[in-house]
Amino acid sequence: MLLPESASSYAPKVDQLFWIILWITGFFFFLVQGCLLLFVLKYRNRPGRKASYIHGNNLVEIIWTVIPALILLALTVASQKVWAEIRYPKQAPAPSVQVEILAEQFAWNIRYAGPDGQFDTPDDISTINQLHLPVGATAQIRLRSKDVIHSFFVPEFRLKQDAVPGLPTQVWVEPTRAGQYEIRCAELCGLGHYRMKGFVTTEPLANFQTWLTETKANE
Amino acid sequence: MKRALKFGSLGLMVLVLVAAGNKPQEAAAVKPAEAAPAGGASISGSVAVTGSVPAPEKIKMAADPACAQKHTAPVTAQTIAANNGKLQYVLVYVKDGLSGTFPAPAEAVTLNQNGCMYEPHVFGIQAGQKLEIVNDDSTLHNINCQPKANKKFNIAQPTQGMKSVKTFDQPEVPVSFKCNVHPWMAAYAGVFSHPFFAVTDANGAFSIQGLPAGTYTVEAWQEKLGVQSQKVTVADGESKEVSFSFAAK
Amino acid sequence: MSDASHREPGFIRKYIFSTDHKVIGIQFLIASLVFMVFGGGLAMLMRWQLGWPGHALPFMEKIAPEGMPGGVMVPEYYNMLFTMHGSVMIFFGIIPLLVGAFGNYLIPLKIGAPDMAFPKLNALSFWMFPVAAAIVLSGFFLEGGAAAAGWTAYPPLSGLKETMGIGQTMWAAGVVVLGFSSIFGSVNYIATILNLRAPGMTFHRLPISIWALFTTAVLTLLATPVLAAAMILLLLDRTLGTSFFLPAGLIVNGTPLAHAGGQAILWQHLFWFYSHPAVYIMILPAMGFVSDILPTFSRKPIFGYHAIAYASVGIGAVGFLVWAHHMFQAGLNPLLGTTFMISTMAVAVPTGVKIFSWLGTLWRGSLRLTTPMLHALGFISMFLIGGLTGIFLASTPVDMHVHDTYFVVGHLHYVLFGGSLFGAFAGITFWYPKMFGRLLSERLGKIHFWLTFVLFNAVMFPMFVLGLGGMPRRIYDYTQYAGLVHFSGLNRVMSLAAFGLMATQFLFAFNFFVSMFRGRKAGDNPWEATTLEWIVPSPPPHGNFSAPVTVQCGPYEFSVPGAQRDWTMQTEKSEGKGH
Repeated sequence: MLLPESASSYAPKVDQLFWIILWITGFFFFLVQGCLLLFVLKYRNRPGRKASYIHGNNLVEIIWTVIPALILLALTVASQKVWAEIRYPKQAPAPSVQVEILAEQFAWNIRYAGPDGQFDTPDDISTINQLHLPVGATAQIRLRSKDVIHSFFVPEFRLKQDAVPGLPTQVWVEPTRAGQYEIRCAELCGLGHYRMKGFVTTEPLANFQTWLTETKANE
Repeated sequence: MKRALKFGSLGLMVLVLVAAGNKPQEAAAVKPAEAAPAGGASISGSVAVTGSVPAPEKIKMAADPACAQKHTAPVTAQTIAANNGKLQYVLVYVKDGLSGTFPAPAEAVTLNQNGCMYEPHVFGIQAGQKLEIVNDDSTLHNINCQPKANKKFNIAQPTQGMKSVKTFDQPEVPVSFKCNVHPWMAAYAGVFSHPFFAVTDANGAFSIQGLPAGTYTVEAWQEKLGVQSQKVTVADGESKEVSFSFAAK
Repeated sequence: MSDASHREPGFIRKYIFSTDHKVIGIQFLIASLVFMVFGGGLAMLMRWQLGWPGHALPFMEKIAPEGMPGGVMVPEYYNMLFTMHGSVMIFFGIIPLLVGAFGNYLIPLKIGAPDMAFPKLNALSFWMFPVAAAIVLSGFFLEGGAAAAGWTAYPPLSGLKETMGIGQTMWAAGVVVLGFSSIFGSVNYIATILNLRAPGMTFHRLPISIWALFTTAVLTLLATPVLAAAMILLLLDRTLGTSFFLPAGLIVNGTPLAHAGGQAILWQHLFWFYSHPAVYIMILPAMGFVSDILPTFSRKPIFGYHAIAYASVGIGAVGFLVWAHHMFQAGLNPLLGTTFMISTMAVAVPTGVKIFSWLGTLWRGSLRLTTPMLHALGFISMFLIGGLTGIFLASTPVDMHVHDTYFVVGHLHYVLFGGSLFGAFAGITFWYPKMFGRLLSERLGKIHFWLTFVLFNAVMFPMFVLGLGGMPRRIYDYTQYAGLVHFSGLNRVMSLAAFGLMATQFLFAFNFFVSMFRGRKAGDNPWEATTLEWIVPSPPPHGNFSAPVTVQCGPYEFSVPGAQRDWTMQTEKSEGKGH
């Protein structure tokens, strides 16, 4: 298992791209390494062996320029489709949950808008390092930073986005299964960078709402 | 590059001056330091708080399981720790009126990180006295200390049992300690050139012993409510009562 | 230059402050190798922590009492280690080695010139290099230690006094000095190649290594000033309170800071605008050496001379258009992700052309598997992996998963070690006889190659697995993450291989220094090669050519049908169609 489990709606699409690229690069890897090995063995200097005086071959050179170019073009197009779906704001699905994460050295300050749907109101629900998200619903996560650049990374979602001071950014994710995952900081942020760990819990909507209510009550 | 040159030539100048100035001491030289005599007077009392004190915030220990597992009951912030109108964690100390020098004790003061809280929350220490910082938790703590008169430091203690030793050379009130991994953690120290300081207990009570006779300004410092000041005169062996009262804002 | 009125210079002018490009080249060579050993040592400490997190290494307590108290590393020390490892290897290792050492040594010889166009500028360019290194490394002795914000030094972390100490300031200052050293060097290389080619040395008769070094020099000239500018702005932010890279609203250690108006991302654009061409600066010369070495030991002309020459220039040009692929997840408008993905995928085309052309060179050759040839083959094999893994990173959605993970660390080591360093070893073992007049031990050379090749792969290949599994880079203790604990065994194996890899390099050092005195005498042309450096004595005298040379054919006229020998020097007429 090379990749972690996939727990978001777009994770399988990212994985599919990965496997396609792996097949293609794998093919060229074995082709070139194979030729290297073959040539080293076959054309080894032996008594009486003379090298061929060849400067090139236009046709062959054109072929090995055009074919890789076409393959790369196809990969670009395939990648762009997935990229636009995940990142282009106009293609983002309408969110049912809105979360704001304010990163700081070395914790994730997580805030939900609460029943009134507005941030910065008394019914906001805050946690440190604990992110809960409902399965099957689109969550919009707004990332900010207080001090230095951090990066919000959840491998199972195939999601990564830098949290940059002075530059609020936004991502969306739709969890597809219940589970517990780790948030890892993926941009060097100081001596606690390695430990800037958060916890994602994805759960059915009812459980999520109960958790929100309980967390608010315990504040 | 220029900076290196500047420091280099500055350093050279200092060396030359020191070498040149190394003459035998003359009458204008500083008197050798002598330890002041220990006295028998004491100042004790309590610190109260008036007005309505806001309920202390609950600390989100769930942020780090290694913290949460050490607590069975919810932990609250210690910013204004009031019990029945009395204030804990107030630093009470002699501000001025002392003469002589008081060499720093050889024993260290220990600042512990336990259950992701500093123990003690507020403490006094003498300039030049060792501060031993210990990580009693199985999680990363960093001790971020940004004093104004003393050397700043920010050190990580990633494993349980790690100890670091620091000293403060200059008197300063307060010196604050923060952990960046656990944003609620806070501790405050008062660094003094003498041993006449105390921190109020859960009943708001404090006691400063061994004072020589004299007239002193005594200050009480609370991390949120500010500083209060009083003048007190004690004769040799006398015990005086001093009370402070802070108004909750 | 070498006229009769020249007095024989004393030891200082001849060997220390020499203006002879060959001496300067060797000075660059030795200095950069020394720095690479230091950089390697830093990596060993990193691998110790990664293999055995939190375990004590007792002797380190004396060397680094604050960084490794009781021999146990603290996180801030680890951050300093990887920062300085990257900075030393790039700025004081590979760049001065490939560009400073070989650019200097080879260019005048291979184009038929007596020296560089500006010999004094050349000497200045060298001497700025150890000064720059001293400034950067001084951080180790200053309060707070050396720079610790990564070799990429993203602000605000790197731009605030509150988050990084004086070591970071020295780092930025030293890099500015090194930048100017590079710029002066590149001016020299360009002027020399354009103006001092011997008669008959047309552009299409230049060895590919010269095409590569020329392109590299142009990249250096155009990109390095941007790096210098970025560093100066960073220095101003750190010392004068400016806010080029610092936005309003920063709160550090509970204190709001007064900066306002700057943008953290601006640094990334400026830094990568240099640092992406920089990676081509670090690979093109190595590719150039491979292109000289392969024909020599295949006894065949290079396959597709024009394609390789123009691909080098093409890689350099397109290399200026891809920088933001380092910033796909940085918060840019996603449209930029699209455009930079296109240019990044595009740069793989000329790169592929080169690899296939090298295969074509080997095909139907008569291969002599000398040490330089082994390193050149190793280069192709390893650089291939580096290049192919770049395609994963070029795909923006896949990059979302692997950016800032060990996948990138694996990729960069395959191109920089598997590529640049094997290329450097190829170059050193190939031109050592010319430089020092002696042959290296082939036996030791081969043992060194094979051990390095195997151990290198053992350390670096698993990094792709770690990265895909979600292990971020620059992490002092990955065992903090439950999902990564199962990588402990793999990390230990990698660390053991790394220690072996470092130890193996002492074989190379031994060979290098002992052969200088005890190696067999090399003669003018021990490899039976064709380019101009092989017609002069080993080592060449001051002024290189005792008589002016005229070039009469291309650089790789091997096995010309009807010729007496299976190699034709560039000063001879070729019976074949090698222009």
